[in-house]
Amino acid sequence: MTITATAGTRSSEAWRGFAGTSWRERVDVRDFIQANYTPYEGDAGFLTGPTDRTRAVWEKVSSLFPEERSRGILDVDAATPSTITSHAPGYIDRERELIVGLQTDAPLKRAIMPNGGLRMVENSLRAYGYEADPFVTSVFGTYRKTHNDGVFDAYTPEMRAARKAGIITGLPDAYGRGRIIGDYRRVALYGTDRLIEAKRVERAKLDACASVADIIRDREELAEQIRALGELTRMAATYGCDVSRPAATAHEAVQWLYLGYLAAVKEQNGAAMSLGRTSTFLDIYLQRDLEEGVLDETRAQELIDDFVIKLRIVRFLRTPEYDALFSGDPTWVTESIGGIGTDGRPLVTRTSFRFLQTLYNLGPAPEPNLTVLWSPQLPFAFKEFCAQVSIDTSAVQYESDDLMRPRTGDDTAIACCVSAMEVGKQMQFFGARVNLAKALLYAVNGGRDEMTGDQIATPTPPLTGEYLDYDELSAAYDHVLDWLARTYVNALNVIHYMHDKYAYERIEMALHDYPVHRFMACGIAGLSVAADSLSAVKYARVKVFRDATGLAVDFRTEGDFPAYGNNDDRADSIAVGLVESFMAKVRQYPTYRDAEHTQSVLTITSNVVYGKHTGNTPDGRHAGQPFAPGANPMNGRDRHGVAASALSVAKLPYEQARDGISLTTTITPEGLGHAPDERAGHLVGILDAYMSAGGFHMNVNVLDRATLEDAMEHPENYPDLTIRVSGYAVNFVRLTREQQLDVISRTFHGSL
Amino acid sequence: MTATSTGRIHSWDLSTGVDGPGTRFVLFVSGCPLRCLYCANPDTWHMRDGQEATVDEVMQEIEKYRAFITTAGGGVTVTGGEPLLQSAFTGDILRRCKEAGLHTALDTSGFLGARATDELLADTDLVLLDIKSFHAPTYRQLTGGELAPTLDFATRLNRLGKSVWIRYVLVPGWTDSSPDVYGLAHFLAGLGNVDRVDVLPFHKLGASKYEALHVPFRLLTTPTPGPDLVGQVRDQFRELGLEAY
Repeated sequence: MTITATAGTRSSEAWRGFAGTSWRERVDVRDFIQANYTPYEGDAGFLTGPTDRTRAVWEKVSSLFPEERSRGILDVDAATPSTITSHAPGYIDRERELIVGLQTDAPLKRAIMPNGGLRMVENSLRAYGYEADPFVTSVFGTYRKTHNDGVFDAYTPEMRAARKAGIITGLPDAYGRGRIIGDYRRVALYGTDRLIEAKRVERAKLDACASVADIIRDREELAEQIRALGELTRMAATYGCDVSRPAATAHEAVQWLYLGYLAAVKEQNGAAMSLGRTSTFLDIYLQRDLEEGVLDETRAQELIDDFVIKLRIVRFLRTPEYDALFSGDPTWVTESIGGIGTDGRPLVTRTSFRFLQTLYNLGPAPEPNLTVLWSPQLPFAFKEFCAQVSIDTSAVQYESDDLMRPRTGDDTAIACCVSAMEVGKQMQFFGARVNLAKALLYAVNGGRDEMTGDQIATPTPPLTGEYLDYDELSAAYDHVLDWLARTYVNALNVIHYMHDKYAYERIEMALHDYPVHRFMACGIAGLSVAADSLSAVKYARVKVFRDATGLAVDFRTEGDFPAYGNNDDRADSIAVGLVESFMAKVRQYPTYRDAEHTQSVLTITSNVVYGKHTGNTPDGRHAGQPFAPGANPMNGRDRHGVAASALSVAKLPYEQARDGISLTTTITPEGLGHAPDERAGHLVGILDAYMSAGGFHMNVNVLDRATLEDAMEHPENYPDLTIRVSGYAVNFVRLTREQQLDVISRTFHGSL
Repeated sequence: MTATSTGRIHSWDLSTGVDGPGTRFVLFVSGCPLRCLYCANPDTWHMRDGQEATVDEVMQEIEKYRAFITTAGGGVTVTGGEPLLQSAFTGDILRRCKEAGLHTALDTSGFLGARATDELLADTDLVLLDIKSFHAPTYRQLTGGELAPTLDFATRLNRLGKSVWIRYVLVPGWTDSSPDVYGLAHFLAGLGNVDRVDVLPFHKLGASKYEALHVPFRLLTTPTPGPDLVGQVRDQFRELGLEAY
């Protein structure tokens, strides 16, 4: 976007000492960063621990967690549909807090956001023992249609059936889609006055265009964006902050940025509400204040610690079923750290370290979802610190900067778990995922569901042989996948049309350029089950057992077959083929707003739920048994250790899964070496090697089975035991028992 | 290059930091002359239980990991079983790895150290030498073999200036006696080539393998050592200036 006015006096004070020109004339945070940041190649020695102030604030809010955990939610304002300005200011500890702002008027008190769907709000309230507010029910039940209502008006019977059967699942049709990262840094760098001015210019350019549907919608959206920026300014003012002007100090920069983010989480209950890539941006302000002598390292760390405390207590009102699907109560406040610039300079600064240090100063936690954009070219001291933090907290995930940088540039941030977005320029339509393992069973059964016997997909002749024939099965599978891709993309188009119409992300989109590049983020689950099943049919013999109606309900595998996850091309190539062919099928169908088709191989912990709803599979997996998470090999079938399974996953082509490919690894401390002081170096080696081999993402859990078993029995002793599960971290003690057992049964890559 | 020899292998694996430096391709060859009571891999005792593999086949598998293990600062470790039981095959593998520029390690009890030719050792960057006990009668009871060949081999490795990591499995009631530990520590401190001593706490994770093989696991009721005991034994090695983990 373009800003026509010249920098006023307020900017000249706020921008004192900054270099570069282009970012002054246009909204261009990346240009500002490149012109001003100070790469840091040193080690973690400069970091400081928590101050008494930080401890006091954190203890005050974390002392509320046990009650919240036992009751499900601590409190809720059921009467006030949340907007940017709906709630009076709230504080944890007004005297001590450095960074202020809460979603409602009290910490951990949740808000309702009925625009996504009234039923979700009512069910959630009921589940936690609260009454729905009659006025809210009347407004959103009678006068104001929701996203959820809109979607179900436009779904076809086929979409409903596919959704009900769980072959297409997790669709954001009753809740906020999320995964849109506002460029919250813009609030700090420019202030909202200039952002509004720039949006007005963008909108004025449309005045001359013919008023066709697309243009009308764009004009309306830009008007909403301008309105939302105004509301952000007013909300900030209630906290005593004038965000209409640029931030003039580091303290203000952190505060302004956070208020921008807060506006988003006040209005949107998105499945993932990611933060972006803020640490190196903020470092420029912290560095300037340090050089001006108005700030010392202790204070710099305090600002980051306080900011992170706020990010840790972002809460949404959701149903227990939703929490079971996603494991815990995730918000995916993903912050992307590190990476390399296109000019070869590492984007690592002292504040990259300071963000990671919060895991020590405040203790481990799943949020914010700290994500290191990894490259073997990163400074070794930073890599070693990351690895050490992983070993100590298991709360860091890694994504290949080398794969993303050429495609989305060096100002890429991760939305949710693994979705790369160029900050402020790209957004995605979150599309959940389809169940490839169930689809394979539909191929055997002529489109009937193996659990219910209902006809879900377009009827085809079922396979009738005593043994499955690979060519016959492949052909039938191809057919089912064609049907699935068509139904899926069309359903997503419905969802996102309605989300834009009824629950538009005004403030997040106000912090994007116009026009924005959109992705249609499709996804697949059950990849390893499907690949291994096909491998079983191809390399062993699979006998089919059918019920009285001819429905294949069980299989017996005779002989051995290669399994995905052992760096064996025979099986791995099947998995690669599935990724490629489903992506190609998805691309055949037009998308809403011409979004670019992508897909992810990612399941979070919903692999447990998908497994529960999928019958016996030809790979020998029993009905109800969990799938492997993300792109992981099936639990226990990767027999040659972490490197072999990682290399199998690394074969999946990122170009055909641009929304990300997730691998979760659990390594025991001993599995990284007998000598504790060597483990960080070893983990660096594994990450370097995996990313060099083309691996995209790795969650690293470093713990042992005994710790997890003890945590199951004595959750009270492990309130903050964090483990990484496909794309993000969760509190282990908040998982269901079933999920805990699943995590434990996952391959432990310990050396015996 | 000589014609490819053939060996019998049990399996291969990739491990990090436990079978030599970095992340390594670990080849388990089949067959072992000892019958250590605590053995975690009784399924590697007999050559006949292994599967036949040529050196070329093994090298093909290793090549698939070459970039990974070199980036991760590792190499190849040949273990078993007892790799010197098939010393020609083991020697071929080590030579081919060396020719391929990979770091090589040999994990052995030393009982068959005499079978390791000088050429084989020249192709070995690091020897992981398992000394099961420093007390000859205990060694005999624990392994069914003699201690002397291992000590001879250790002395020879020192003469050759070959880097050695010692592996010492700590079994309560068997290998935790102070005089034995000090005796071994003294012996090792007198050698100039011992880079480190790994004190490995006895575990029973191999118990199910015994069940499957219908072989009694005689240490089933032996306790595993607690962290205090492990720390104490490590300190005993450290007292004599050895690097112990």
